Amino acid sequence: MEKLSGGEIIVSALRDAGIQYIWGYPGGAALHIYDALFRQEAVHHLLVRHEQAAVHAADGFSRATGMVGTALVTSGPGATNAITGIATAYMDSIPLVVISGQVPLHKIGQDAFQETDMIGVSRPIVKHSFLVTRTEDIAAAIAKAYYIASTGRPGPVVVDIPKDITDPSYKIPYAWPGVINMRSYQPAEKGHRGQIKRAVKKLVEARKPIIYSGGGVIIDNASDHLTKLVRELNYPITSTLMGLGAFPGTDPLFLGMLGMHGTYEANAAMHEADVILAVGARFDDRVTNELEKFCPDATIIHVDIDPTSVSKNIDAHIPIVGGCSTVLREMLSLVKKSNRDNNCDTSSWWKKINQWRDRYGIYTAPRHAASSGHLIKPQDVIRVLYDVTNGDAFVTSDVGQHQMFAAQYYLFDKPRQWINSGGLGTMGFGLPAAMGVQLAFPEADVACVTGEGSIQMCIQELSTCTQHRLPIKIINLNNSALGMVRQWQDMNYSGRYAESLYEDSLPDFVALAEAYGHVGMRVQRINELGPMMEKCFSLKDRVVFMDILVDPEEHVYPMQVPGGSMRDLWLNKNEKS
Amino acid sequence: MRRIISVLMENESGALSRVVGLFSQRGYNIDTLTVAPTDDESLSRLTLTTTGDSRMAEQIVKQLHKLIDTLKVNDLTQGSFVERELMLIKITASNGDSRAEIMRCIEIFRGNIVDVTAATFTIQLLGDSDKLDAFLGAVKHIGSIEVVRSGVLGIARGDKFLRQ
Repeated sequence: MEKLSGGEIIVSALRDAGIQYIWGYPGGAALHIYDALFRQEAVHHLLVRHEQAAVHAADGFSRATGMVGTALVTSGPGATNAITGIATAYMDSIPLVVISGQVPLHKIGQDAFQETDMIGVSRPIVKHSFLVTRTEDIAAAIAKAYYIASTGRPGPVVVDIPKDITDPSYKIPYAWPGVINMRSYQPAEKGHRGQIKRAVKKLVEARKPIIYSGGGVIIDNASDHLTKLVRELNYPITSTLMGLGAFPGTDPLFLGMLGMHGTYEANAAMHEADVILAVGARFDDRVTNELEKFCPDATIIHVDIDPTSVSKNIDAHIPIVGGCSTVLREMLSLVKKSNRDNNCDTSSWWKKINQWRDRYGIYTAPRHAASSGHLIKPQDVIRVLYDVTNGDAFVTSDVGQHQMFAAQYYLFDKPRQWINSGGLGTMGFGLPAAMGVQLAFPEADVACVTGEGSIQMCIQELSTCTQHRLPIKIINLNNSALGMVRQWQDMNYSGRYAESLYEDSLPDFVALAEAYGHVGMRVQRINELGPMMEKCFSLKDRVVFMDILVDPEEHVYPMQVPGGSMRDLWLNKNEKS
Repeated sequence: MRRIISVLMENESGALSRVVGLFSQRGYNIDTLTVAPTDDESLSRLTLTTTGDSRMAEQIVKQLHKLIDTLKVNDLTQGSFVERELMLIKITASNGDSRAEIMRCIEIFRGNIVDVTAATFTIQLLGDSDKLDAFLGAVKHIGSIEVVRSGVLGIARGDKFLRQ
């Protein structure tokens, strides 16, 4: 058996866990590990410019591929910089392993240089964490970390490794633990058969059914099963922000996103439904609006791998704890066996839904003013992006109005195509996440839809793109304001724009992009948008930063009225449903 | 409603802090908490008491179970159970009347005197929390007191074991 140092064991364990790429940033406590990385070829390290971006990039990689993302940071500030990235992954159940250097064991608790209690600081935002105290325990900790991160409801796992246990002079035999068995951790994959039968019976008898699908479907690679089930039933389906793409966005059965900025038809159909099949979704407050007024007539079937998500906010009448994939597959086979012809008339339900679509739907007619001349509507930018990329790009986003416009107007047909920070709402996520996606899919179009606010939160990563040749395309919807903040200030604070305007302080993004060695473009007129977008995506090997000056007055609609039911929506600045 | 929740978990560093962290993170209260290794030294048994409605209790049990180090969680108050808490009380009593009154209370509550000086008694009392409260109510007017309580321990009645 080969004898390895702790640093070498970490790298070998990563290799044996199937990890090809890690993102990170070196520093004192991690230097033994970095030296071990330097002396091998199997695991490639990508240097970022800030640890937050390392975690977001690993996260983007994971969301696009379904594999576990990996980041490596040093102790103290390296570890705390990673925290926002870890919290982002935790809220969206993304499998990550974050390895952090730690000060040597004998210095822990001494307020040593670059010491932070990483286990303590990260505790509320990790699925689990390990402080490894012996070189002999490193391989098992890493194997367990990957196992825990990727099974059950996935999430980030931190492995904190004191410097002295990676000492190159202390070598021990290394063996990859392989299969992990933990008596205290045995996630349930299969749902309860009886419950699934009850659910299917209720589902096929429904008169006004709707499927409400969430990010869990994507995480569990259950899109095929979902799509088949929904098409078999011929029922309407809506999706959360995190679930977009699990069911084809261009399919007529799809009602668009639900919730705060969801379509009228999706929210109204939820409100009036008699049976809701919620799958891989968690009744988040950005979906339900006022809990007391939530879907008064619905029998709720809730499928989720995490028992704590079931009946947390909304009581489930038929709870099913299990993986989306296995449960949906079982449901599909039961639906096919059921005799539905007599009792499955949803035609009047569909008629009603189609009336809502005709009246208020954002896909049946433009519900916002047209772009013209210098007035570029942000919605139209997303439409043009969709057309130029044939609806086929990976789209990452940051957080704010641009995120909602992208979610509404880029119709995602495939899972893992839409990559955004839904739960935590992390500005600065989009650019590093796009790097992770581009690394996984070097030939694909990867667009980071962002705003001039969010992009500045991780803009230093433009340099990382240069170093690692990651030709992402940045679609900057520049309205010179924190658009969503400004929208709330318009709606709730009589237009008092407290600290939401940049006035004339914004950088010249074109020159900035060029300074990093990239291509910059500024779009100021609607008739330039299409041709420049075409040009942007024709530059396959270049990072292109498109700075698009959009209408600063535009708001995102529909928007749920606070304290109302799901279907109580602002449809535009003057009209409520 | 008061809940007594039993948790069996890996006896590993950080396990307890995850339980305590969970409660503060989710906004639940811990009224009492006791923890110690079991007959199997690799496992710890933790008993905690909290108050909450049934939805909250269900969430607490599920959230505790979700912790990776947790093997078993049981809300004892869902069934019948035995509950015990240990209390040590030091109380001042220097004259004959007060010393006699304390002795009577100890007899009624079946406590033990575990230390004595000319001016104080130190008393040990075992029971459920209500009994300990009642004893305190009976003696606290007699002298100034110092109280230390172990927190509640609980175990289900009957044939059921937490770990089958």
